[in-house]
Order: sequence, then C-alpha cells, then structure tokens
Amino acid sequence: MSRTRAARLNRKMDRLKMLEKEGLLKSREGSRAVGKFLQNKLAVVGLIVFALILLSSIFAPLITKYDPAMIDLRSRLSPPSREHLFGTDKLGRDVFARVLYGGRISILVGFGGALGAALVGVSLGTYAGYKGGWLDKILLRVSEIFMSFPQIILVLLLVSILGQSLWNLLVIFTITGWGSVYRMTRSQMLSIREEEYVQALKAFGLSDGLIAYKHMLPNALGPIMVNLTLSTAMFILEETALSFLGLGVPLQIPTWGNILNAAQDLTILQEAWWIWVPVGLVISAFVLSINFIGDGLRDAVDPTQQG
Amino acid sequence: MVYVDTILTVDNLHINFYTNNRCNEAVKGVSFQLKKGRTLCLVGESGCGKSVSASAIMRLLPPLSRIEEGRIIYHTDQGDIHLHELDPSGPEIRAIRGAEIAMIFQDPMTALNPVYTVGFQIREAFMYHAKMAKAAMQAKAVELLRAMRIPAPEQRVNEYIHQYSGGMRQRAMIAMAMACNPKILIADEPTTALDVTVQAQIFDLMNDLQQKHNAAILLITHDMGVVAELAHDVVVMYMGVAVENGPVEDVLTRPAHPYTSALLRSIPVLGQSKAQKLEPIRGSTPDPFNRPQGCQFHPRCDFATEQCLQEPETFSVSPNHTVRCWHYEKVLANA
Amino acid sequence: MRREQDVLLKIRDAQTYFPVQKGLFKRTVGYVRAVDNVSLDVYRGETLGLVGESGCGKTTLGKSILQLVPVTGGQFIYNFDGEEKDLRKLSKDEMMQARKRLQIVFQDPYSSLNPSFTIFGSLQDPLKKFGVKSKEERRRIIGDLLEAVNLHREYMNRYPHEFSGGQRQRIGIARALSLQPELIICDEAVSALDVSIQAQVLNLLLELKEKHNLTYIFISHDLSVVEYMSDRIAVMYLGKIVELAQAEDLFANAMHPYTQALLSAIPVAEVGRRRKRIVLEGNVPSPVNPPPGCTFHPRCPYAMEVCKSRVPELKTYLIDGREHQVACHLAEKEAAKFVQPVETAEVEKNAAN
Repeated sequence: MSRTRAARLNRKMDRLKMLEKEGLLKSREGSRAVGKFLQNKLAVVGLIVFALILLSSIFAPLITKYDPAMIDLRSRLSPPSREHLFGTDKLGRDVFARVLYGGRISILVGFGGALGAALVGVSLGTYAGYKGGWLDKILLRVSEIFMSFPQIILVLLLVSILGQSLWNLLVIFTITGWGSVYRMTRSQMLSIREEEYVQALKAFGLSDGLIAYKHMLPNALGPIMVNLTLSTAMFILEETALSFLGLGVPLQIPTWGNILNAAQDLTILQEAWWIWVPVGLVISAFVLSINFIGDGLRDAVDPTQQG
Repeated sequence: MVYVDTILTVDNLHINFYTNNRCNEAVKGVSFQLKKGRTLCLVGESGCGKSVSASAIMRLLPPLSRIEEGRIIYHTDQGDIHLHELDPSGPEIRAIRGAEIAMIFQDPMTALNPVYTVGFQIREAFMYHAKMAKAAMQAKAVELLRAMRIPAPEQRVNEYIHQYSGGMRQRAMIAMAMACNPKILIADEPTTALDVTVQAQIFDLMNDLQQKHNAAILLITHDMGVVAELAHDVVVMYMGVAVENGPVEDVLTRPAHPYTSALLRSIPVLGQSKAQKLEPIRGSTPDPFNRPQGCQFHPRCDFATEQCLQEPETFSVSPNHTVRCWHYEKVLANA
Repeated sequence: MRREQDVLLKIRDAQTYFPVQKGLFKRTVGYVRAVDNVSLDVYRGETLGLVGESGCGKTTLGKSILQLVPVTGGQFIYNFDGEEKDLRKLSKDEMMQARKRLQIVFQDPYSSLNPSFTIFGSLQDPLKKFGVKSKEERRRIIGDLLEAVNLHREYMNRYPHEFSGGQRQRIGIARALSLQPELIICDEAVSALDVSIQAQVLNLLLELKEKHNLTYIFISHDLSVVEYMSDRIAVMYLGKIVELAQAEDLFANAMHPYTQALLSAIPVAEVGRRRKRIVLEGNVPSPVNPPPGCTFHPRCPYAMEVCKSRVPELKTYLIDGREHQVACHLAEKEAAKFVQPVETAEVEKNAAN
C-alpha cells in the first residue's frame, strides 16, 4: 500500500477510534444493508437517475403538453428547439413527448417480462429444488431447451402465430426468461435445503409445500431480487432491439424501441440525429442505472463483504 | 524482566479492528513471554482475542485493523528485533516469516494450495530462505515428510492435498512450517477440526519436534484439556484482556482469576462422570461494542464489587504467575 | 438385568447405505456404509450416549431413527404406549403421529433457526399442524416453552440474529419440546458452543429430562461431555457399534482396543495426568471400502489372524451384574477365561419368565 493511502487509512481509523470512544457510533444500528447500499456511490447515482427517468415517464402529462400521437405534418423533422425539446419525427410528432410516454411502455414491458419470468421460474424452482428427484431432472432439461433457443426465432414463431401485441411480448419474455430464474432459485434451494431448520421442519412432518414455499423461499429472495432488477434492464434492451426490428410492440404505441425504429431509414440516421440519439442515451442511462442499483443491492445483501 | 531463554516478548499489546465503520478493541493490553523449548498456550473462548494476538506477531493482521500500542520483540543472538515496527509487507518481516517464526492454521484444506503439489509448497519455503539446488530441496522435502511420520514420503511428496487425509494435511502443514527449523512455531487451533485420535498424533509430533529443535511453541486453543497436557505456561484471555498468566501447574490448580476458576469448574472432566457438578458461568459474553466498564468480566463474576468498575491492575501471585483482578486473594482463598 | 417392558426403542440390524454414483449415467459403483448392521435397545428414561469420531455413523444413526435419511434396512421398533410398531412400516398418518414423540436438537445454532422468521413464526407451524388452532393458544404455549428454557416470553417476537449461540441452542431445545416428545436425539447439541455456555445447556438438558420424563440419545464426539450426560454409552467405529456399557464401566474398564485408544487420546483438564498415550497408527479407512473382517484391525495394536477375516459379533457380557457389550475377538478370548457371554435370546427368555 502506498504511503499516502496508508496515511489516509490511519487517519480514518483514528477518527473512528475517537467517535467510538464518545459513543457516537452506537446509534447506527438500523439496517446494515441500507447503509452499505448508500455507501456505494455508483448505486446511489444509479438510484437517482433511475428515479428521475421513471418519475418523468409516470408524470409525463405534467411535463409536456404534447400528445405523443399527435401528427403535425407542418413541423415534421424539425430539429430541437424551444417548442420541441427533442425536435419532431417524420410525422411531426414531438419526440420528447414520445420519449416520456414511451418510457412507460418500455419500463412496463421490461419489468413485466422480468416479473413473469420470475413468477414462473421461482414457483417451479422452489419446489423442484427442494424435492429434487425426477421432477427436478426433467425441469432442468426443459429449462435448458428453452434457454438455448435463439430468442429471435422464438419471437418470430410466436409473432407469426399470435400476432404482434404488447401482451404477446410479455408472454415471449416470460417463456424465454423463466429458465435462468428457475436455475438460480433451484441452486438457492439446494443450499438452503441443507440448513438445520429445514431438517427440523421435516422432523415435525410438515408438508413439502409448506416447507419449500413458506419457510425456505423467503431466504432465497435476496439474490432473486437482484436478478429481477438486472433482468428488467435486459428485457428493456431486448424490447428495444425487437421493436427496432419491427417485431416488438406495434408501431402506433410509443416505446423507446419504436422510436429507434425510425432510424432504420438511412436519411433519418444521418440527418435527423435528434430522433435516435436522445432516446438511445435515455435507454443507456436507464439500463446502466439499473445495473448499478443491482450491483449495489448485491453487495449490500452480501454478508461476506467487509466495509 | 527478560529471562536469558526468552525468545519473544509481547508487551502491552493493543489491537483495534475497524470493520463496518466501527472501532472494536479486540486486544487490550496483553503481555506474555515465549521461552525457548517451552510451550505457551493462549487459551480463551471465541472473541477473546487469542488468534488476533498471534497473527499480530507475524504481522498478519487483516487490512482494517491496527496495532495501537505495545511492543512485540523478537530476541535473537544478534540483538532484539522490534516486530511491531516493521513494515507488514516489507523484506525484514518476510525474511523472518517461515525461516525463524512459522505459523500453522486450523483448517489445512484452506491453508494449503490445492493446485500445487505438497512437495512444491515445501520447496517454496526453501526457495525463499535458503540457497539450495532443486534436487537437494526435493530430498529435504521427502525427509521432512518422513520426519512427520507420513508413510511413503517419496510418493506423497508429489501428491496434492486433496489426496491426503485431514491428519496428514495438518502434518504436511507442520512440515512446511518446520522446513527451515524455525525458532518459534505458532499454532492456531491446529487440531480443532481433527478427530481426537488424530489430534493425539499431531500433539505427539509437536512435542517431539520441540525436544529435537528446542523450538518455542505458541499454541492457541479453547480446550483446557490441551492446555493441561501440552503447555508449560498458559495465558488465559477474556474479551481481549489477558486475565491470568503463569505456569500451567499454578494456574490450573490454584487459579487466581474468577474467570479461570469458573471456566475450570464448568468443564466436564473425563473419568468423573456424574460425580462432578458442572457450574456454568452465568450470563454471556458481552457485545464487544457494548463493553462493561472497567473489568470485562465483572457482570458475570461472583466476587465483583464497586472497585471492579476500574480496570484491574496486574498483580503478582508469585514471581511467574500474574493476574488482573482486584480480588485475586479472595479467589485463591476460596478455592 | 433386562427390563423388557421399559424398552422404548429396539433397533435391529439397522442399515443406512448411501449409494456412490459415478460416470455420465450415474451408475452405482459402491455404497457408503454409514450405519452398518446396528442393533441396540434404548430404555425409557435413560440417556444413551453415542460417541465416535467423524465418519463413524453416529449422526446418521440418529437421523435414521427419525427417518430423516433414507434407511436401507433393519427395524426400528418403537414402543407406542405398550404397542410395538416398526417406524419404517408406519402409514403416513401413523408416522405423523409418531413425529410428536420423536424429536431432535441440532448442532449448529446459526443454521437451526430460520433467519427470516421471528421465533414465534418458526415455532408455531408444528403446533398449528398438530391441532392448536387459536393464535392466542399458540402464543401461550410458545411463551411457556421459552420460559422452560430460561428465556423471556417476549423473545418470541425477536429474530434469530438477535440471539447468541447459547440462546439459539436453547430455542432449538424449546422447539424440540413443543409437542411433548418422549425421545429426543441431541445431535452434537453443544459442540458448536463455547465451553462455558456448554455447561448451561447441558444442565438445562438434565433439568428438562427430569421434569418431563424424557429419554435422550446424546450424540457427540466429545467423550468428556458424553460421560457426564449419559447413563450408558455406545462407541461407534465405521458404522458399527464396537462397545456399549454403563458410563462408569466404559471408563474404568474399556474392553475394545479402539475405546481404549480413544480414552487415552482425550486431553483432560487436570494437571499431572500426563498419561501414556496409545497413539493409533494410520487413519480411519474409507467407509466405501472398509477392511475385511473387523474394520478396526489395520490400526489395532492387538490384531490377530482371525480379526482379518471374521467380523466380530457384538456380544453381551455380565460383569459385576451389569451388562457390557463388546465386538472384539480378543475380548471374546479374554472374557472366556472368567466370564460367560450371555446370549441375547436366552436373556429375553429369562426376563419373560
């Protein structure tokens, strides 16, 4: 360790020693996890950015007076100005409004997909992980099949069968996403199964379902929650990609991906940067912030990390 | 007073831990002396600071901790080395570690590297501290394994630790520690994870090595039985304080500190079966962040008075036997 | 002197073998003989100590009695108020009722309680299952249980992490008592605690046994603790019982060479007792491939030819009017000189008369 770092550490320790002597550190009981999270500067920044974007989308009508679907051909493709903060697209719709309202759908789809996958994955993983045996073996193979399917093919298949809609997208995300949640829940169950309090419950003859869902699952939720946040980010990106390709949410409903869809046109790409750059930045910022929050959560909940 | 045969002096050692943004006084003013050819046991229950004290000698404390006060002096033929002043990762301490002071740990599975052969790890000790040809080092490694009573050492030297049993792994660790004939061997609960018959083998071996090399052994344990059978001198620790210090015969037969006395009365002794009455120590170990004022043991002590709100001084029961208790005379009289 | 009517549990030829599977198709290449043909009786009201080193099968035997591990053979005949039934052959409902009588206290205080539930939450489900319908009633019972183990009633609203190791262990004991069991298996119940706390928990166990007429099977690797707690002690090695006797007899007159080595290896907290230690050579062999004949023979200082080929039977000897069981060819030879082995069937016949 360099001299200056060592000196800085020494000063920090001296300060702690003094504070402890005065008894000032005792009240810091509260939640250690919350404290750890708030210490992580990136996580806090992520939380702020996330909240900012989320709240802007929810309170969109209060922020912008424009209707995202309103077509105004006279002001089509105009660059950012005082009237249109992000300019307009080729149908004259206000891009800023579209980004704000679009956030609602994108976040909903992302979170909804993650939630759907989590519900299926956790329900199956809890019981199968606890029981083991042939149920677990079969589900493991099935989840592998679902996970190894290239998602695009699956999407094309389902879109051709079910048509294109918001709900279908949620179904698709659930189908492709449950596998990894299942495996993660299952591995948590495998380790919790060896805990003595589980054996004690078995010694009382309590039913498997009660043991698995009521007593074991709450202890597995930590990593599952972290996974939920990170999956949301992933699904938002996937929705973006799919909508960009025109396979996601139908074009009339604004989503971040749909807005990007316009950039398929080379002229737009080159000459109307305000249509795709801002929304791209918003998506990146949002996804990054979720990732930082997820990392912060994971470190805060991890008891092995010293502070 | 430093005796002629004292090889290590620990004087008024204070160590604080600064994890989780708190300050924990893990070791509060511990002093003892290690003598050549003798075994000193640091005994106490969990949280008493015995392992921390031992790690401090080798300057192996974890990052968020610090020696606040006190001295650790290694007495060599060339003069005294103040270990507490050395840079923890500097060349001076590294020259001493392994060559003159060696340490063995509780869990050999995590203390030894699973991806290198045992022979390689023993040779590493030679590589850093002695100038020898590879063939000579290998031969010496085989010799060491043989001296540790590991059967078929020529074969075993090229195996990995997962191929060894628990007792053998511990012996391999002792082989590594003894490779350069250290003057001091620090053993931190070396047999806690082992079966009692294997423990007997290991202690037999350690006794043997002590007699052959006149090494001083600092043994850390929570087992009073081990203290009685192996130690010459003992330091009893409670909540970071060395409450009693002296030869084993004195401390165990005529304990002067209420904690030592209470501890001895709460342990079942083999052979006495139902005839003995176990007297538990009332209460429980205090939270290190919510320590009692003054003597750390007084809330659980039958001899406690107002005076105990002040930290007890060190008193001498006899020239070699010291105790930190205001009421030690009453404890001795009560026995 | 056999007290036939006071036998609470009869274990006959219990076998718990775990298959060892290797390869892609998980073929069974061998078995870990965790419990290898164990027979013993547990008398009502006694504390039977089960002692041995790691891998001897004592914990697996404890769990086998409670059917918490898949038992592969043998009988566990339990005395249900006079009616004898094999635990392995009970119907689901009968087994559920049986679980009220058989309970277990575990070793690790940090994993024996669910960290996400309050103490009340952890303890109420078994009560609910066995018919205590009202929440008030459950609160009352749990409060009583906590007081029985010297903890405050209000502690039921706290979480496990707010308690010390010793307190958690006591909560584990309270949990085991919640359905008023007859037999409690203490599986290394104090091994993870500090020595001064061990005494608290041990004395509590003794007190509770008196008060509630309990029978204990006390499993530990620490022979000093087992000797303090137990009336009789069984010594296990590689899945078999090698010696079983009254606690005082075991210590004063250990007949099996393994027991003798075990006793001499244990460090005793008494100065001046540096005794001559019997240091065993080698290590405990693998339970998948135990040596033929007497499994102890490779390490035994007295091994004879017969020991290498024939498995010694656990024979009962009457010494000073008390039973002392040993599975050792040498003991058989020596004992033949002055005492007759008592055949089990003969004794049962005599007791019945």
